[in-house]
Amino acid sequence: MSIISRWRELLAEQSPVAVATVIEGPEASFGGKLLVTPDDHEGSAGNEDLDRAVVEAARGLLEGGKTETRHFGPRGQRRMEDVAVFVQSFAPPPKMYVFGAIDFASAVARVGKFLGYRVIVCDARAVFATRERFPSADEVVVAWPDEFLKTAEVDRRSVICVLTHDPKFDVPVLKEALNTEAGYIGAMGSRRTHDNRTARLKEEGVTDEALGRISSPIGLDIGSRTPEETAVAIAAEIIAFRTGHAGGRLAERSGPIHEAAPDVAPSPDARDAGRNTAGAARDPR
Amino acid sequence: MNPVIEKIAGWREEERKAALATVVKVERSGPLGPGTSMAVSEDGQVVGSVSGGCVEPAVFEEAMAAIETGRPKLLTYGISDDEAFGVGLTCGGIIHIFVERVDW
Repeated sequence: MSIISRWRELLAEQSPVAVATVIEGPEASFGGKLLVTPDDHEGSAGNEDLDRAVVEAARGLLEGGKTETRHFGPRGQRRMEDVAVFVQSFAPPPKMYVFGAIDFASAVARVGKFLGYRVIVCDARAVFATRERFPSADEVVVAWPDEFLKTAEVDRRSVICVLTHDPKFDVPVLKEALNTEAGYIGAMGSRRTHDNRTARLKEEGVTDEALGRISSPIGLDIGSRTPEETAVAIAAEIIAFRTGHAGGRLAERSGPIHEAAPDVAPSPDARDAGRNTAGAARDPR
Repeated sequence: MNPVIEKIAGWREEERKAALATVVKVERSGPLGPGTSMAVSEDGQVVGSVSGGCVEPAVFEEAMAAIETGRPKLLTYGISDDEAFGVGLTCGGIIHIFVERVDW
C-alpha cells in the first residue's frame, strides 16, 4: 500500500499518525516522506540515520498532537539546521466530559460536538441520562460521576464540564477531575453555589492552587441565560483557555487576530477542515 | 475524515497524477495554521485551500508544475499589511507552502 493510501486508512479509523516531510535540505533528502505511527513507520527521509531521528521526533510530536517543523543535520544530528522536516500530527478527537444530564448539558453536548469533541455525558440518574435526551452525544453513561471519571481516559486535550450544581455530585467529581491532567475543568452554578462548593472542596483538602484550575462559575461573561446561550459562553471559555486569550471584543482591541503562537493547539475539528488536528492543550497549571 | 487526503488517495488509486500543497509555516497573522492543505489533480480538480482564498491560483499553478516535473518546492508568500488586500491574503503575514507531487 502506498503512503497516501495508508494515511487515508489511518485517518478513517481515527488511529494516531504523523506524516513527516523534508521541506529543506540536501538533494538526497529534499521531498522525503515518512509516515509514522506509534508502532511502525514507512517511507524515508533519504538515509537511515536521518530516518531514525525523524521517526523519534515525530513520535514525540504525535504524542502531544503537535504539528511543527524540526531541524536536523544531514544524518539526523541534533543542533544542526541543514534539514528542515515538517511533521504533521493527526491525533484522535479530544474528549469532552459533561456531568449532569440537565437541559444545559444537552446544549453543551451539542456545542461540544460542533467544536469537534468526542462528547461523553454522564449522570447517576438513569431517568435523565438517556440517549433520547442527548442525541448528539457520542456516549451517554449512567454512573456516579466520580466513579466514572476514575476509569475514564482523560488527557491534556480533554475538557470536563461539571453541570450538576449539586454538592452531592459535583464535589466528588471535581476532586476526581483535579487528579487528571484535563486541559479545562469548568463547574456550573450561581455565585452562592460556587462559594458553597469552594468551601466544601477546601474542607476536603483541596488546595487553593488546585482550585485555581477550576473555571467556576463556568463560562465567559456574555450575559447568557438560555441553555444554548450558556453553552456558547462555555464553548467560548474553553477555546479562550486553550489559546490563552482573555475573551472580550476584538473591536476594542488592536493587534493581530490570529497569533502565530507555536504552542497553541489547533481546534479539535481541524481535521475535518483538512488541517492538522488538535494538539496538546496549554498546560492548565 | 480529512477530505484532502481522502480525495488525493482516491486519485492515486485511479492512477491519476496529483499534487499536495501544505501550509508549513505562518508568520505573524494568518487565518489558517500549519497543516492546512490543498490537493490538485492532473486534470485540474482542486480540493481544500491554503489561505483565505487568494494565493490559491498561484499555488494551483505551482501544483500543476510539480505534477509535470515531479520536483517539490517550498513557496513563500510574504505580504505586508498594506498589500494584503492586493495579493489577497486577508490578514497580511507570511505563509510558507510546500508543494509536492504525490508519488509516495
